[in-house]
Amino acid sequence: MTTRIDQRFADLKKEGRAALVTFVTAGDPDYATSLEIIKGLPKAGADIIEFGMPFTDPMADGPAIQEAGLRALHAGQTLIKTLDLVRDFRKSDDRTPVVLMGYYNPIYIHGVERFLKDAKAAGVDGLIIVDLPPEEDDELCLPAIKAGLNFIRLATPTTDDKRAPTVLRNTSGFVYYVSVLGITGTKAPDLKSVEQNVTRLKGHTKLPIAVGFGVKTAEQARSIAKSADGVVVGSALVNAVKTSLKAGKATPETAKAVHRLVSEIAQGVRS
Amino acid sequence: MNQIAPNSYRTGPDEKGLFGIYGGRFVAETLMPLILDLQKAYDEAKADPTFQAELDGFLEHYVGRPSPLYFAERLTEHLGGAKIYFKREDLNHTGAHKINNVMGQILLARRMGKTRIIAETGAGQHGVATATACARFGLKCIVYMGEVDIERQKPNVFRMKLLGAEVVPALSGSRTLKDALNEALRDWVANVEDTFYCIGTVAGPHPYPEMVRDFQCIIGNETKKQMHRHEGRLPDSLIAAIGGGSNAMGLFHPFLDDASVEIIGVEAAGSGVDTGKHAASITGGRPGILHGNRTYILMDDDGQITEAHSISAGLDYPGIGPEHAWLNDTKRVSYVSATDKEALEAFQLCCQLEGIIPALEPSHALAHAMKLAPTKPKDHLMVICMSGRGDKDIFTVADHLGVKL
Repeated sequence: MTTRIDQRFADLKKEGRAALVTFVTAGDPDYATSLEIIKGLPKAGADIIEFGMPFTDPMADGPAIQEAGLRALHAGQTLIKTLDLVRDFRKSDDRTPVVLMGYYNPIYIHGVERFLKDAKAAGVDGLIIVDLPPEEDDELCLPAIKAGLNFIRLATPTTDDKRAPTVLRNTSGFVYYVSVLGITGTKAPDLKSVEQNVTRLKGHTKLPIAVGFGVKTAEQARSIAKSADGVVVGSALVNAVKTSLKAGKATPETAKAVHRLVSEIAQGVRS
Repeated sequence: MNQIAPNSYRTGPDEKGLFGIYGGRFVAETLMPLILDLQKAYDEAKADPTFQAELDGFLEHYVGRPSPLYFAERLTEHLGGAKIYFKREDLNHTGAHKINNVMGQILLARRMGKTRIIAETGAGQHGVATATACARFGLKCIVYMGEVDIERQKPNVFRMKLLGAEVVPALSGSRTLKDALNEALRDWVANVEDTFYCIGTVAGPHPYPEMVRDFQCIIGNETKKQMHRHEGRLPDSLIAAIGGGSNAMGLFHPFLDDASVEIIGVEAAGSGVDTGKHAASITGGRPGILHGNRTYILMDDDGQITEAHSISAGLDYPGIGPEHAWLNDTKRVSYVSATDKEALEAFQLCCQLEGIIPALEPSHALAHAMKLAPTKPKDHLMVICMSGRGDKDIFTVADHLGVKL
């Protein structure tokens, strides 16, 4: 089975450059603006879209993504509407991989089998579910793989050589290396330790490795792209949404601000 | 399919940390190695007689155990039915049952070489207990507390500060206990090397529900012995209030296989379960995943966690320990609820008849006992877990009674 994610990494390998993976929260600040944002991401330089599924209690996320989730929920975002957004995006783009990232409870409540069917039909390629470690693979990971979706796992600085095989066992698509000990968007990654850890993980897997948590600038992206196969930018984009708002509502600047920042960081990844 | 009752209700959890379908380890990968380490350290400590001896020593000389099993004579007369006993956890050092668990976890943290302790707190009782033990052992202590709870539990906030703890307001979400838990988990992810997360209730990822239960089981174990001394037999019913459910699990667990003992957990019904403003996870929630475990949770149809409401900050949590969820489904324990109003009435009655100011949390258990006791014969032995004292709640109670202090 080859997914859009596998294809994209294979293509980029031929081009000889790393992927830019962009995270935005679905439905932030509202459905229409969110759709405008993701529609423009590929043109701005995003190679893979990570779409955050809002959750009231995002325990691995820092303030930026927490707030984005709450903005989306207040605007009426739901899991079903997130899948609608992906379906709408797919009307004009059938090539860019879309990965849903979030927490397990909304999926569990939707029903695992129903969710996998709906997600696949909407055009989702992979899942990153923060609170499902390998110890809980029976819940969603194995059914997702069976349904033809990639299950992308987070590897962290605490994933030592002893733990790595467990983490990587049922991972597909790519490995998301969390570059800092902590929550999203707070600390800046220590580039030297990122390089060491990416090299170490490559000893355990042939899958592409993307690095995220705390990447904010083109300069950081450029450095990380030297050793990793992908760079994930999230909180910085979500902050761009936030600063563009007026009285909590989208402005004509909102989508543009995100696309501008993505273009900038894409330059870093491509240089 | 008929559900077959298990041979024993006391063997859980299994090796995956499950009680039936409840429990588990739903945490971010960063925390998994820590949780596995904790489990190993706890299993070793449990098997080490010197650990238990050290804990017993502190429980006796520092906490003041055993706590009395007190015959509430005037309340019994007033209600005119069951013979009511209080298990007096309110007489423990720091004023609640929380210290039983904290002493165990802090001794374990020391054994693991951890120097920085984090905790979440709702009413502040667990925060105070953690701050107390940290002061006793010279450990750095950070307590996360919802901004709303900081406002309504000022005396406990000041107590924690006096004890040298740093109290960090949780500003996200509903700014109550669940958000304090989120913040504590975020702290732990960022400080994995030196930090021990001292969870205050029988929830969270495995092994916490098991470990906290084990440390709280001293409540039930003592009750069993004391009741034999007083009455020469087992009690007929046990009643305890449930937020996360640690005092209840501590009282219930040693009696789960004694089939003659009726066991009742009382959730906080806030303004009433049908008003939507309540904290009754079993009565008004459904199974889902939050804070590392699968259990009954209050949520909307999209799986978003909804806010709990209770006059009692300690019960103001949208979930419940996973073992309670399982005991509910297996029907070994009955879960009922009491409203804010009923708890307030019980609070006042207990003050007036027994000279005991109960915390608002056990006032919910008292409220249910007031309904149940009159329906029972005079030889029915009923134990209520008096899980904490109510000094911390006098401002809230005054406010509800329209009294200006």
